[in-house]
Amino acid sequence: MNTGTQVSAVLAQGGDIPAPHIEYGQLAPMLLVFGAAILGVLVEAFVGRTARYWAQVPIAFLALAGAFAWTIVLAWRDNPHEVAAEGALGVDGPTLFLQGTILVLALVSLLLIAERGGRAGGHFAAQASALPGSEAEQRTAQAGITQTEVFPLMMFAVGGMLMFPAANDLLTMFVALEVLSLPLYLLCGLARRRRLLSQEAAVKYFLLGAFSSAFFLYGTALLYGYAGSVRLSDISAQISKDAGSETLLLAGAALLSVGLLFKLGGVPFHMWKPDVYQGAPTPITALMASCTVVSAFGAILRVYYVVFETLEWDWRPFMWGVAILTMAIGSIIAITQTDIKRMLAYSSIAHAGFLLMGVIAASPHGLSSTLFYLLAYGFTSVGAFAVVTMVRDAGGEAGHLSRWAGLGKRSPVVAGVFAFFLLAFAGIPLTSGFTGKFAVFKAAVEAGATPLVIVAVVSSAVAAFFYVRVIVVMFFSEPDADGPVVVAGPATAVAVAVGVTATVVLGVLPQPVLDLAGQATTHMFVR
Amino acid sequence: MSPGHYLALSAVLFTIGAFGVLVRRNAIVVFMCVELMLNATNLAFVSFSRMHGNLDGQIIAFFVMVVAAAEVVVGLAIIMTVFRTRRSSSVDDVNLLKY
Repeated sequence: MNTGTQVSAVLAQGGDIPAPHIEYGQLAPMLLVFGAAILGVLVEAFVGRTARYWAQVPIAFLALAGAFAWTIVLAWRDNPHEVAAEGALGVDGPTLFLQGTILVLALVSLLLIAERGGRAGGHFAAQASALPGSEAEQRTAQAGITQTEVFPLMMFAVGGMLMFPAANDLLTMFVALEVLSLPLYLLCGLARRRRLLSQEAAVKYFLLGAFSSAFFLYGTALLYGYAGSVRLSDISAQISKDAGSETLLLAGAALLSVGLLFKLGGVPFHMWKPDVYQGAPTPITALMASCTVVSAFGAILRVYYVVFETLEWDWRPFMWGVAILTMAIGSIIAITQTDIKRMLAYSSIAHAGFLLMGVIAASPHGLSSTLFYLLAYGFTSVGAFAVVTMVRDAGGEAGHLSRWAGLGKRSPVVAGVFAFFLLAFAGIPLTSGFTGKFAVFKAAVEAGATPLVIVAVVSSAVAAFFYVRVIVVMFFSEPDADGPVVVAGPATAVAVAVGVTATVVLGVLPQPVLDLAGQATTHMFVR
Repeated sequence: MSPGHYLALSAVLFTIGAFGVLVRRNAIVVFMCVELMLNATNLAFVSFSRMHGNLDGQIIAFFVMVVAAAEVVVGLAIIMTVFRTRRSSSVDDVNLLKY
């Protein structure tokens, strides 16, 4: 009765259970974002309908900006390298870099989500419960009602994203995974136009996401059975001791990896990504393509660099296979796509493959180059999806590639900016995409993964084909008479400008940010 | 009975759940199968907790229950919205997004 005696020992102490020590200063960015989310819920409950939008947007904006500023100050002044909240969360260089990246990308995505200019109502359904095509829907649309629940939902999702890469034990990581996923499932179903597609995306994302998180959790259970603890450092110590059942360890590691690879869209767990990216409202797609990817890579980096470091020879072949499949399938299937968002989704899968090479490298250089790549790719992604929200025709966004024909003649600036983003995705020199790819490929070669780099270069060449095809369609074909028009609201224009600026600066002058990523990773992850 | 038996039961339940997600057509049943997987995980946590003689696993089981409850709320909301739109909760009918 080992457990029983422990329980009675705790009970015998009576009221003497010590209160956990929480480092509020170091966790402030997360607490600020979650606080804003709860405040947003209260605003939904108590503030009048017309005033809600004007209350929600400043709250969300100030919380994200404040959390970002706090992260910078924390990294600048203390440069912490320790565990906080009784060991549940790690506060260290890579985590702060990832959290800063997530916060700044969330700020840019917030600009897209808050956009109401150009056309009345913005991107979200006036009332999600009104049936598509019903009288109730028309009535709410005529009344000019706009959805504001998206702001607290987005803040909860961002809070979960901040917690996911910081989680220092598998239970916290699982809770963070659910906190980031559940609001995203709902957000996917809230599009204003093409609501059937949007709801379908939500149901697919939800069922597959819940399925994969069950795998993650069973992996956690098996690793708990192996080590007797879910703390990452304890599991790592147990692996070094080479004690316990190897079956539990390997099965647990495999199931855990399934859950993590699902979130970042690694083949063969990528099937949700094209459907969800296409069906979701485009600002939410921008949020998922930037912040969720950063967060999921943060978590997989922590798990593989801290826990499975000594298990490298066991997971390497598996991760090689996943990375090769992810790069190849992402690039090849993207060629056949005719929907612009779906094509960008496959491009995102291919990029996840390139980023996985940084995980495989398992070196400080691999870590810092992955961090840089995530920052660069996040900005380019948000910018590209921002452009997609601007190109509209009567039915909403012009999704089909053929509708983009001749856009370069109608609106040369927008088409030029989009072409620039596509070139950055392809990794043309003087864009951030080139610097990021070069850094990751170099780290992979140093780690002895040269065959992977060859596959990556070939996939990049294949991917360049379909990026250039879009550019050719935009600039070298005649525009339709009833083709789409460019509707640029002020907030979207700012988001695009930020995306372009970051892509140029990180491409032409990458050294300061590369140095920053290098400094952030000098001590690697805290244990 | 040794905790090993409970672990075997948990693995069987998890497998039944995973198999159900793959073969069943009704979204509600698929979702119930996911819940079965989560409960199988709880059983594993509690059995391992007993084997290791610490309380972590039992506490984790509570967390999993709370998360599963939150997932039910979100999941049923989404499935019901789709049902009201399409008058069907079959996962084969949501097939507009493909290739």
